[in-house]
Amino acid sequence: MDFTFNEEQGLIKGQVEQFIQRDYDWETRQSFILNDSGFSQKNWKTFAELGWLGISLSEESGGFGGSAIDTMIVMEEFGKGLVLEPFLETVVMCAGLIDSTGNSEQKKEILSEVVEGRMQLALAYAEPQSRFNLADVMTEAKQDGDNFILNGFKSVVMNGPNANQIIISARTSGDQRDELGISLFVVETESSGLSLRNYQTVDNRRASELTLESVTVPSSSLIGELNQGFKELDSSIDRAILAISAEAVGAMEILYKTTVEYTKTREQFGTPIGKFQVLQHRMVDMFMEYEQCKSLLYMATMKHDEVSSDAKKAISGLKYQVGNAAKFVGQQAVQLHGGMGVTDELNVGHYFKRLTTIGTIFGNSDYHLKKYTAL
Amino acid sequence: MDLSFSKEDLDFRQDVVNFLDAKYPEDIRERQDKRLPLDKEQNVRWQKILSKQGWFAVNWPSEYSGNPELSLTQKYILQNVLAEYNTPVLLPFGVGMCAPVIYSFGTDKQKEQHLPSILNSDVWWCQGYSEPGSGSDLASLKTRADKEGDNYIVSGSKAWTTLAQHADWIFCLVRTEKTSIKQEGISFLLIDMKTPGIEVKPIITVDGSHEVNMVFFDNVIVPCKNLVGEEGQGWNIAKFLLMHERSGIAGISSLKRELLRLRELSASTIVGEGTLLDEPGFRAKIEQTEIELTATEFTELRTLSTMSSGGSPGAEASILKIKGTELQQKISELFVEMLGYYAHPFFTENELGSNESIGPEYAGPVMPHYLNYRKVSIYGGSNEIQRNVISKAILGL
Repeated sequence: MDFTFNEEQGLIKGQVEQFIQRDYDWETRQSFILNDSGFSQKNWKTFAELGWLGISLSEESGGFGGSAIDTMIVMEEFGKGLVLEPFLETVVMCAGLIDSTGNSEQKKEILSEVVEGRMQLALAYAEPQSRFNLADVMTEAKQDGDNFILNGFKSVVMNGPNANQIIISARTSGDQRDELGISLFVVETESSGLSLRNYQTVDNRRASELTLESVTVPSSSLIGELNQGFKELDSSIDRAILAISAEAVGAMEILYKTTVEYTKTREQFGTPIGKFQVLQHRMVDMFMEYEQCKSLLYMATMKHDEVSSDAKKAISGLKYQVGNAAKFVGQQAVQLHGGMGVTDELNVGHYFKRLTTIGTIFGNSDYHLKKYTAL
Repeated sequence: MDLSFSKEDLDFRQDVVNFLDAKYPEDIRERQDKRLPLDKEQNVRWQKILSKQGWFAVNWPSEYSGNPELSLTQKYILQNVLAEYNTPVLLPFGVGMCAPVIYSFGTDKQKEQHLPSILNSDVWWCQGYSEPGSGSDLASLKTRADKEGDNYIVSGSKAWTTLAQHADWIFCLVRTEKTSIKQEGISFLLIDMKTPGIEVKPIITVDGSHEVNMVFFDNVIVPCKNLVGEEGQGWNIAKFLLMHERSGIAGISSLKRELLRLRELSASTIVGEGTLLDEPGFRAKIEQTEIELTATEFTELRTLSTMSSGGSPGAEASILKIKGTELQQKISELFVEMLGYYAHPFFTENELGSNESIGPEYAGPVMPHYLNYRKVSIYGGSNEIQRNVISKAILGL
């Protein structure tokens, strides 16, 4: 048993850490929000140059053959910097899916572009009625000769406004909530009949409502086998849960540390408020929540990489814990900062908002507790 | 012990219903039902309508309000029906805070000058208490008022001043003397916001709204006749006022309405073959919240009943502040949970009115409310401070 990073992993960690410290100070980060895309294209190029965009992709796809542990290392550091660049959406969710399921043509066309930093992707899996169930798909794809015709609606597609191509889950057979009969298509955002309604989300990222009206795509857009898309979609979301949990762990670390520092300097009643025992215990609880999440994160990530039979259960357990901890740590960081905590100016509120969305994305604690129980 | 209402009480309830059916303005109702913020004019208009009916300053003695005092039960009924109709929450700074101080501690001149304009909502008041360095430790405040002839010269800054951007007057705690016991040098001063030397700067909060402000005082000249009570009596007045603030802070009737709304909306939120209300996890949270809410309602009623028979609310008011704000936060959290992904699309309060909502019709204001309500366990004496009050005053620790 070994919980240490190998030399290569240590180097990646140091590299991302250095990037956050050097290029991602708070004011610079806040200026990225004002860009149309909600992030910095320059940073994205840097990610490509440093090889981060291909870190978890197989070598045959032009990547570096890394594992979920490598992704975890990057995402934990990103969480500390509250990084806005859509690494989760483009690299973890979409490129990972094509890498594991796509044909050589798709890998060549799409993944080389992703690795070089020239392409953005989004995964459209949620629908208004589906809540967190990936198998609840009403969007339809009908075969028409050499083409498929897509009709339907996808909700809150993260990174939708920036995506050149969107991977869409659609029903090709079966009933609304059947796992069998779901197929995945990669579709150009510019396709006729595809429309996006773009907006900002509460964590200052970009998302879209996606409408498909008789969008015609060639058969070559199908990723993997017809009707068999659920398993691959589900695996992609598993990897994404590990990645976003790592981000949460990084964000929680910053929040508990920032809160501890603040209570050492903020004086009331003639003493630093960090001297009050009720606040000390609260911060100890924040710290313990962070540690517990980190433990589950390491455990679940290793089980995933080992293809362990209980990896899925571990992932649901992790997301349950992260959902609760993210809420507790975020709320208490705000509370202990008092009025300052609710201002837009201070970074604490922004970490709190991101932790709030992380609690929901890919299923909230209730959902994963139910899943954990059933597994 | 009796929980039932008399025929007179039920008649009174019908009066309130009839009044609201006739007099609750359509445009305000529409904004309220969509949970969109009101502008200054709408707030003032609604308060004037209530005042005309004699149901605005219900806690004032009748010699100042000009209306017969309502019984405890009538106040309870009025509050409940107003909440059922989702009428605007009354801004407390004038009617609930400044006025009780003036009629309890002020001179006849001060009463004459200020009470009628508060009763008629002609003057908008804000509260100058907290300072950047004085939050929970309010008595450490530093804003100075130095006496020069018939005036005080006021310099310093106040923080978190709610809706100061609309205010005509501000009531302030200021330091008139440097004393070894910090509470003793504090005085209660009324200041006209149009006086030269006052500057209001917005503080934008995490929900993107402009609700609170910094207020800066740079050698502001305030006539001595604007002092309420004696010099050095400000802290006692502040304690009196905090008690007033806390006894209404639980907001039970609005919580009941919002919990009902949560229950109804979750019953129409589809999850698989059923609804969200059928999901055991979510359902349990709704029922637990309802039980806690009922307990808090009856804790409040017991406190009010002690008050009406001459007792003082004392530190029990702190229980209501803690429980009421925890419930507010819990319910706002459950609304976010109910929406799933549709809690994430975000528009600031100014954008909300002009944008078509993303997802369910009610979605837009849900996340801003959740974020905004983090303040309720911080303001009016943080919940940590309230627990200190209870532990000291009730448990004797």
